[in-house]
Amino acid sequence: MKAESAQGYLDDLVGWASARLIGDEVLLAHLSGEDSDFVRFNHASVRQAGSVSQRSISIDLIDGQRHAEGSVSLTGVVDTDHHRVAALMSDLREQRAVLPEDPYLLYSTGVEASERVVDGEAPTSADAVDAVVSGAGASDLVGIYAAGQSFRGFASSFGQRNWFAAGSFNLDWSLHLHADKATKNAYAGLVWDADALAAKLAWSRRELEVLGREPRTLAPGGYRAFLSPAALREIMDMLAWGGFSLRSHRTKQTPLLRMITEDAELHPSVTIAEDIAGGVAPDFQAAGFTRPGTVSLIAGGRFAGHLVSPRSAQEYGVDTNGADDHEFPTAIAMAPGSLPTDDVLAQLGTGLYIGNLWYLNFSDRSACRATGMTRFGTFWVEDGEIVAPIEVLRFDDTAFHLLGDRLVGLTDTAETILDSSTYEQRSTESLRLPGALVEEMTFTL
Amino acid sequence: MTDLDTHLEDRLLAALPSDVDYASARHVVERGSRLEVRNGVVEPSATAHNEGVMFSVWVNGGAGYAATSDLSVEGLALAVEQARGWAAATAGRTVIDSPPLLHTVGEYTTPVTDSFDSLSLAEQVALLVDADMALGGHDRIVDRSASLVRFDIQSLLLTNGGGRVAQHIRQVFPDLRATANEGSNTQNRTFGAGNYAGQGGVEVLTRHGFRDAAARIADEAVALLDAPNCPTGTMDLILAPDQMVLQIHESIGHPLELDRILGDERNYAGTSFVTQDMFGSYRYGSELLNVTFDPTVPGQMASYGFDDDGTPAERIHLIKDGILERPMGGTISQARSGMAGVANSRASSWNRAPIDRMANLNVEPGESTVEELIGGIEHGVLMETNVSWSIDDSRNKFQFGAELGRVIENGEITHIVRNPNYRGISATFWRNLSGVADDFTVMAVGNCGKGEPNQVIRVGHAAPHCRFSNVEIFGGES
Repeated sequence: MKAESAQGYLDDLVGWASARLIGDEVLLAHLSGEDSDFVRFNHASVRQAGSVSQRSISIDLIDGQRHAEGSVSLTGVVDTDHHRVAALMSDLREQRAVLPEDPYLLYSTGVEASERVVDGEAPTSADAVDAVVSGAGASDLVGIYAAGQSFRGFASSFGQRNWFAAGSFNLDWSLHLHADKATKNAYAGLVWDADALAAKLAWSRRELEVLGREPRTLAPGGYRAFLSPAALREIMDMLAWGGFSLRSHRTKQTPLLRMITEDAELHPSVTIAEDIAGGVAPDFQAAGFTRPGTVSLIAGGRFAGHLVSPRSAQEYGVDTNGADDHEFPTAIAMAPGSLPTDDVLAQLGTGLYIGNLWYLNFSDRSACRATGMTRFGTFWVEDGEIVAPIEVLRFDDTAFHLLGDRLVGLTDTAETILDSSTYEQRSTESLRLPGALVEEMTFTL
Repeated sequence: MTDLDTHLEDRLLAALPSDVDYASARHVVERGSRLEVRNGVVEPSATAHNEGVMFSVWVNGGAGYAATSDLSVEGLALAVEQARGWAAATAGRTVIDSPPLLHTVGEYTTPVTDSFDSLSLAEQVALLVDADMALGGHDRIVDRSASLVRFDIQSLLLTNGGGRVAQHIRQVFPDLRATANEGSNTQNRTFGAGNYAGQGGVEVLTRHGFRDAAARIADEAVALLDAPNCPTGTMDLILAPDQMVLQIHESIGHPLELDRILGDERNYAGTSFVTQDMFGSYRYGSELLNVTFDPTVPGQMASYGFDDDGTPAERIHLIKDGILERPMGGTISQARSGMAGVANSRASSWNRAPIDRMANLNVEPGESTVEELIGGIEHGVLMETNVSWSIDDSRNKFQFGAELGRVIENGEITHIVRNPNYRGISATFWRNLSGVADDFTVMAVGNCGKGEPNQVIRVGHAAPHCRFSNVEIFGGES
């Protein structure tokens, strides 16, 4: 099954399976696949290079309120895949027979079709390797080039069909001076532009020159700080970890618990939405529900709305908005503010310019207090001028300070970040974030 | 091999190219299942059958791989062609130009005392229903669940030099979770953060008392609501084994991965404060610290006969009497560095290439009793069950949190505290190891992320209770 024929393959396969349903059975199917190239670099040489071609189908086999779910890898060979799907359906029937009715089962019974195909123009991977190795020059480049086709599809025995496919590339790299002194950058998109890559690599090399200065060792304490969009992304990932999930709210496990128990607020300039229309993720999910273009999550610093999976909708008696089971945002967007992006160093004055944060976790989830480290491209700034890189610092602070009472402002532009994550398969998630100037950020180690 | 396709091995062998320096085919079929009961409701059961093959080719100083779920003759041929293409494209540009050249023959199967075949699906559901019910014995429990996740993994590594390694691993992850709430205070207790897991069958459930743990977990979650915040100060710290697993993982395991030391992970998982010249002389911890890499522990999560390059597994001391002896590096890292390593070249599945990983990484037991460790503390905290982990990219400055703390005053435990956290620096923390108990709890970590492209792998950790002096300890926001 080639990527370009996967949509038709899913249609045929689910048609074949639907013809083998028994009685009033309902079948929901979700296809996931990719044809990806991965090239890993270290010291501007190739560490590992290869291709991954994978397809799998998940099936929820329903009879009344009883159901069972399962997935199986697909080969693309029709007879083999028919055999595998038939075996899976047989297993699911056996399991379903011993499981009780599921009171929270909810699925789409419509037949609404949708299709979103984003065609990219990635170079051949051999050409990409040439561009990266030659562009790095004598620099110590480390990173990953990932490119190719990703696709997701939904099909049900009711006849509903939804399709998403995208061809994209994502080069995520860092240039290293020595030890942990490094600068981070990425070049991702749909259409490859060799000049754009060269410009980004040149920018990284200029940052390295600053990293060569004697690093400052800062004592623990509070510092005025500017968080770049990439650094703010790490804070946003913590908020997204249950922060907007209806289930997390109803079970009091949300890190934004104080927004519902104490009417706590973030800064009035903080407005956050799940922006499917502006992202690159599929606009449908595994139970067949489509996602609205935008879901308001935080508006003017106040909690505005949840991400609601079909299962939570049924459990808590509200409408679903097409969230996945884990109710995690896939295209989060924070509205920009009024801080001139080109003037952030002057606005910062004296303090820390934080290019990246790293390895965040909650030190007190109920208070939305998290800890983490500074990483790539973090500098000490005096009077609006970068003075020196710093030795890494650990922060431990709550978002109710960083995006609340200590937030000075957000930049007037927002940067789109395409997630470079490749766990199991290439991610389709994205973020659009401004930078944030914070009056004081607490560092502890 | 799958039941469906008994001729697959023949097809794999036929597809392996003979006119290259080295070629391998690594076929993996992983069958997973998940059962969960949450708040009295049986969640949808889920099964997964994930199957494919990766071909790796080394030729003329280049290397490449191609992985596919298409196991037809044509699909395998296409993958081999792609792998050869990558080898040609990378010739002269790789960090190493010599192949590992292992053609190992062997087999390994997880020993199982009590197969899950003896426990029907209905009985497994009933077990979880009972556990979930026992978790719900308090009004202030607002969410609870009991779950059982299992993996059955069959792998076959074939090489063009006659190598054949077949392994069959069975992994079991039981878990219990209780969430208690009052106002803005939410507290969780779990079954060792899901880390009381291992290889085997039903016996994994009994090793750590899964069937009887639910009521205690619920009681402790509720008790934490009324407990004071963890005290702040520099004092003695005892880590229970279900916190030690994380301490070992982050501040010994990752820093000793040779690929990190060689720089492979600098763009993602990070580098290491450990450098190659430290091995053989660097004092990593006090004389009480003994750490082994040991994929041979029966029933531990990452036990195997061979790693994914075919290197035979063996027990090796990485740290002996506090002195750093050996890194965790597989055949390729060993060749790049000129250092001795271990059998730790592991891939998360067929669709990812092997890299240096932890397997079972254990702190060996000492000679004190747990009571003696506690008795030697004037003022300190004992922490149980990891809930938070954060460490810098050199694996040095860390901050970890636990679900529950027990304050120790004048050699006795006095009361529990909530939101216990501590921080330190790996390079000095282990030198403050002042006591190692004689217990030894075999556990796991199921979600170790690393590599580009990213991989999650399951590892094992075993540890006794350990005592550390002069640790910075603190609590939560309120």
